[in-house]
Amino acid sequence: MPRADGNHLAKGSPVQAWAINHARTLIASLGTLTRQPASSLMTIAVIAIALALPSGLLVLLNNASQISVDLDNNAQISVFLKASTSEKQAKSLVKKLRLYEDIEQVTMINKDKALLEFSKISGFGDAIEALDSNPLPHVITVQPKVDPTRPDRIQHLLKQLNKLKQVELAQLDLQWVKRLFAMIEIAQRGIWVIASLLGVAVLLVVGNTIRLDIQNRREEIEVTKLIGGTDAFIRRPFLYTGLWYGIGGGLCAWLLTTISIGLLDDSVAQLASLYNSSFRLDGLSFTETMSLIGFSCFLGLGGSWIAVGRHLSEIEPS
Amino acid sequence: MIRFDNVSKRYPGGHEALSNVSFHLPRGEMAYLTGHSGAGKSTLLKLIALIERPSRGNLLLDGVNLSSVSNSKIPYIRRNIGIIFQNHHLLYDRSVFDNVALPLIIAGFQHREIGKRVRAALDQVGLLNKEKAQPITLSGGEQQRVGIARAIVHKPSLLLADEPTGNLDPELSREIMELFARFNQVGVSVLIASHDLDLIKQMGNPVISLNKGALEHNGLPTAHGTEHA
Repeated sequence: MPRADGNHLAKGSPVQAWAINHARTLIASLGTLTRQPASSLMTIAVIAIALALPSGLLVLLNNASQISVDLDNNAQISVFLKASTSEKQAKSLVKKLRLYEDIEQVTMINKDKALLEFSKISGFGDAIEALDSNPLPHVITVQPKVDPTRPDRIQHLLKQLNKLKQVELAQLDLQWVKRLFAMIEIAQRGIWVIASLLGVAVLLVVGNTIRLDIQNRREEIEVTKLIGGTDAFIRRPFLYTGLWYGIGGGLCAWLLTTISIGLLDDSVAQLASLYNSSFRLDGLSFTETMSLIGFSCFLGLGGSWIAVGRHLSEIEPS
Repeated sequence: MIRFDNVSKRYPGGHEALSNVSFHLPRGEMAYLTGHSGAGKSTLLKLIALIERPSRGNLLLDGVNLSSVSNSKIPYIRRNIGIIFQNHHLLYDRSVFDNVALPLIIAGFQHREIGKRVRAALDQVGLLNKEKAQPITLSGGEQQRVGIARAIVHKPSLLLADEPTGNLDPELSREIMELFARFNQVGVSVLIASHDLDLIKQMGNPVISLNKGALEHNGLPTAHGTEHA
């Protein structure tokens, strides 16, 4: 029979009631979404596509910088010595270069050996024999140490080598590596711009979906307020709905990215094999996947928070 | 339980819905609120349920001054009131059970306890066999009784009803009123707004009547020293 006594016994502690309420709403909001699968999936798909685009691009870009690092490892500086340099001077220069911090390996190509080899390979043996002196200089090949985060160090080394007095010319034929680095950086910034814009779009999509949801459940909100539902209680299902959208969108974005990379991987491997490379595309790492899903959750929750903050207070029982 | 002390309510635009109303409904009392439509019955109930705030005067509910209570406290005050509406205000996207369970879910009751209390409430309104039904499949009288079950399931100390029999035939109306009387017998204070004067006369409870926003007749006991207009 109705009486206000004894309610506290059945409710448990406030913390318990709070936890029960949260768990109940978490499940109930998932249930609400599954009862309208078409519209829920549509929202999740929009979020997934919006997030898969920048994350897919980022993955490709990470792979591209991986290639450029590999190429950079092969970067070689050819140091042509002055014609007047004797073999002894050249050898002492090699010893000196080996002490450089930025140099991985130094090899000397003796000009007599080089000429011999050249005459053998080129088939100009007779013509070369007719020459008075060897026209080739001694050449030292330098393998620089590569720090992918500091592409300017190779340039610095190049300058140092060019300043040496026995050196006619030190040349890095991989100038384009530096250009690639620069392009990758531009692309990276571009992707972050796209990602930010699409992130805002996801916020708005979730916000708008939740706004419609709030309007559709106007009656429920009014009744809930009338029988003593706090603002937090009324807000909660919408926030959890936003969170579910975020989780679903994040997982689908991961799936889309992984499938797309998988589709590309075979063709890329084929292309790489034509270059005698065993290069394969790397997908999203665990950390990247977690960041993607976390970011998506954040956007889902944020979008619903905005909608709830703007539209829930407008509804009061009358 | 409810004490009106020179309460006036003026809506934006200047319409004064209540002027200088004073009365006291003691705890455990059951009373009827009558008057023509537009006399201020609904406004009076809205003030008690904190849907509206008084423009002047003091309104005390269970010792709490509703004129000065903060918005964040409103839900907790409403949890001690059961409200019954003429148009039921049921939620048609869920079963009778889920409708009645709503106040308990809001208050954070445990699952097992909710089942027990909802069935007890449905039993009291004679709808125990309808707990799985959708409200839309029920008759008007049954829907109203679901609304009543929802209003009493959390055992409030005050029941407010706004034209609870408005759409029902005389026999059903009488049943509903007797239901309220039964709750009152176990100590719940009840205030019912109704214009069904014949039925009210039969029930024999004190009557407060309003006319154009002013108190016309106060049939409540005055032993508590309330001044009334």
